Amino acid sequence: MTNALSDTLKATAMRVREHIIRMAEGGGCFIGASLSCVEIIVYLYARVIRRNADNPDDPERDYLFLSKGHDVPTLYGTFAEMGLLPISRLSHHLSTSDHIYWHPNRQIPGVEFHSGSLGHLPSVAAGVALDCKLRGGGNRIVVITGDGELNEGSVWESLLVANAYGLDNLTIVVDRNQFQANIRTEDLVPLEPLEDKFRAFGCLVQRIDGHDLGELERAFETVLEAGGGKVRVIIADTVRGKGLPSIEARADRWFCAFTREEAGMLLEELHGHKEAAIESETLVVR
Amino acid sequence: MTYEELLISTAQKDERIIVMTAENRALVRNAPRLLGNRFIDTGITEQTMVGMASGLALRGRIPIVHALAPFLTMRAFEFIRTDVGIAHLPVKLSGYIPGFLSDGNGPTHQSIEDVAIMRGIPGMEVYCPADEDDLVKVLPSVWGNAAPAYVRINHKKGSFEHSAYVPGRAEVVSKGKDVTLLVYGFLFGNAMQAKELLEEEGLSVGLVNMRSLKPVDEEVIVEAALGSGLLVTIEDHLRTGGLYSIVAEVLLRHRVSRPAVVPLALEERWFRPGLLGEVLETEGFTGERIAARIKKANSVYAK
Repeated sequence: MTNALSDTLKATAMRVREHIIRMAEGGGCFIGASLSCVEIIVYLYARVIRRNADNPDDPERDYLFLSKGHDVPTLYGTFAEMGLLPISRLSHHLSTSDHIYWHPNRQIPGVEFHSGSLGHLPSVAAGVALDCKLRGGGNRIVVITGDGELNEGSVWESLLVANAYGLDNLTIVVDRNQFQANIRTEDLVPLEPLEDKFRAFGCLVQRIDGHDLGELERAFETVLEAGGGKVRVIIADTVRGKGLPSIEARADRWFCAFTREEAGMLLEELHGHKEAAIESETLVVR
Repeated sequence: MTYEELLISTAQKDERIIVMTAENRALVRNAPRLLGNRFIDTGITEQTMVGMASGLALRGRIPIVHALAPFLTMRAFEFIRTDVGIAHLPVKLSGYIPGFLSDGNGPTHQSIEDVAIMRGIPGMEVYCPADEDDLVKVLPSVWGNAAPAYVRINHKKGSFEHSAYVPGRAEVVSKGKDVTLLVYGFLFGNAMQAKELLEEEGLSVGLVNMRSLKPVDEEVIVEAALGSGLLVTIEDHLRTGGLYSIVAEVLLRHRVSRPAVVPLALEERWFRPGLLGEVLETEGFTGERIAARIKKANSVYAK
């Protein structure tokens, strides 16, 4: 990746973070888990996912599935930057007049499937990947999961089956931000050593810094070129709330609803000014 | 008293109780500190949690199990039906944010078929208290008997002081000659508003807080049918399998064919997600909208 492209994507990521903060105003959103996967989603649409602008339903297209689901502000923020979704529509967040709420809806152009119930899309994506194989297509199928989401047994079933069918066109990106909703993953149901678990299930595994565009590029170049009939897994180590020190890695910043003033302070904080003083009681659980 | 205070004090008095959650701690924030090793968080694993609850119950425990209502009743459905249901184990299920209370989460989080599927399990009891006050009045009976039970949890505070709970009986708030509203759970408060608005229009309005949907208070339903010109069922649930179906079953069983029963429910679709107030407005379930819909129905059916 050239320095110029890297700078462009970093600037895009910054604007996506601004969109996320604005969507946490009023009714709120899952801000921490959205901020942790900004680079992943911005990078994927810039460098991995091949779309057909003239025909969004092109069967030859690549697919990105958000299995976490509650990171949808990142997806919509990225769509807004790509020109797929008018920026003005982001302000319709939580209005029954639009389809923009806390989890993805296929009424929004570019959303391949709805989610919100964890552990569903690895198997849905495996079905898509299987059909692409059956038809001899070169489609790339990418799924973003959370790390807490890996608690759900359905994730591991889908890996067993996807590897049984040699679905090496399927890549799972784990947004490894170290948190379940309210608690560190390692303090509840420990996941580590996570690479070993995926390898034991037959996957080809990479582990990277999920905020580093260069590492994302190297990881995808490696897995997209490898054959071998194995499902690819990229464990992207990330920070929940990345970009906002007052939110980063705090267990009680799961679902947040901010006032307009607080959102304004967070936007300042994002750009390197002083940390925002948040007085709204943030919800520990949604 | 709050839901959590009742839960903790009940567990402190009864060593058999184990409080479980699939990483939904909204209702049980203080349980880890106060219950020690009788608080179990299994992570985001609804099926495993229910299976483990069955194993604990086999050993004489009474697990009180928490998760978001859709994932508890649907992700773990076959574990509930097969492990809890077939063995008829005293596992007590607490489903959080049922119905409209999932507000902006979207269809994945909308538990609007939970009553239908839970009451379909032989021996499973189904409770839907109106608000926090009602919840703490109903739960001691639910947790104190040996049957498996599902409770649709609404822990929001209401403005009505409920009567003491009599097992299996509904709460008759008022009787009315023109129309009787049958309601459960979160919509009780809005039904109360609707009742007041309809009374201002000169109608005689009955209001029944169902409390328990299985067992259901058949006597109250039949009496309401015989004494009112119109019955209205009000629920944040699909029309299929919920209170409207229950009332139809009861009236058919008792060979009561009058009056008309009007269902205010969700019909063959998930509701539009958004902030709760806007959802109620869009779907027609504010007090004003309920009253207007009933007034319209009454003009069609009134003799």
